[in-house]
Amino acid sequence: MTASEHVLGLGWDDVSAVEERDGMPTLQVAPQRLRELLEILKRDLGFEIAILVTAVDHSPKAPRFELVQQFLSIQNNERLRLRCPLEGDNPSASSCIDLWPGAAYMERECWDMFGIQFDGHKNLRRLLMPEAYGHHPLRKEFPHQGIEPDRLYREWERSRIERAAEREGQEGVNS
Amino acid sequence: MGSLKEITTTDDESGFMATQVNELMNWGRKNSLWPMPLGLSCCGIELMAMIGPKFDIARFGAEAARFSPRQCDVMIVAGTLTWKMAEAARTIYDQMPDPKWVIAMGVCSSSGGMYDSYAVVQGVDSILPVDIYVPGCPPRPDALIDAIMKLQRKIERENPLKRVLEGPTDLDESGTGIFAKAPNMEVKTNRYGTYMDDSGMKDDHSTARAKEES
Repeated sequence: MTASEHVLGLGWDDVSAVEERDGMPTLQVAPQRLRELLEILKRDLGFEIAILVTAVDHSPKAPRFELVQQFLSIQNNERLRLRCPLEGDNPSASSCIDLWPGAAYMERECWDMFGIQFDGHKNLRRLLMPEAYGHHPLRKEFPHQGIEPDRLYREWERSRIERAAEREGQEGVNS
Repeated sequence: MGSLKEITTTDDESGFMATQVNELMNWGRKNSLWPMPLGLSCCGIELMAMIGPKFDIARFGAEAARFSPRQCDVMIVAGTLTWKMAEAARTIYDQMPDPKWVIAMGVCSSSGGMYDSYAVVQGVDSILPVDIYVPGCPPRPDALIDAIMKLQRKIERENPLKRVLEGPTDLDESGTGIFAKAPNMEVKTNRYGTYMDDSGMKDDHSTARAKEES
């Protein structure tokens, strides 16, 4: 019995099989059931590795975001993809880093690029963009040339010039 | 007039030559360019090839690549500069002692190249005063050697003595002159709408100066 058959055999009405791509069985799961399903994947079905945690922005369709997670089981030689639709513009999903610590960076990247919160993630900071950057670049409304991409640099530069001027002023007083 | 007598000598092999201080300084400077290799992507590989024995930039006196900006004269920005890296690049430039020059190597550092993106600086001349632009993706080491030779020719035309006598020039006057103000000042651009004020791109050198004075 494959893992997806096992999960479907549990009889949850918020978990369903969807179209299979690239030979990878795919399950669609509701957000409230996600955590429970992940624990079963890790403990009972032997999925040792989280390969991918990412998201898709389906804007302007609702539900807007879809969380996509892929898992690999070496002992059973099988893979599984989970798709989890998330409501709202600033959605959140349950983190899986206590089950697969290696997913921490992928969840950070997902937060950075899409703005999806992961509940239970201890260190959910931006991974690629500067810390104070206010936008999430892979969202559909984000222009590819960016929204003030040089803002943080200009702020840094202004403070640098001000510091230099201050230093000069102090030296002038001392001399 | 005793000193004149000391200069005249019976030894035929020694002697003296007359030159100008500027010529002498420029000659020294252009033949001992120490590059700061800021290799940011694939251009860095071509940069290394240029420094290595095959293309041998030592023929032009520029083989002493140093990784400390304090010991460098010419910064070679080789590759894609991101906004996250821009602060570091500017800091390195500021730490280099005068006189200093900048070569933008490759299309990425010259104009952003194919990375028309939110993450990439669209030309390092928006944060640094660039002397020479090298086209190519990446440019061959020959092209970079050509850039070094062009930079040498540019250095020949400089006037270092004026700087010694009259003090350092205004920051606005160093750099390429492409921007209305020096790149290390705030640049008005119409690329990202928010940086436009009412005067827009009419904000030229004179109005920038007027603002500074007021």
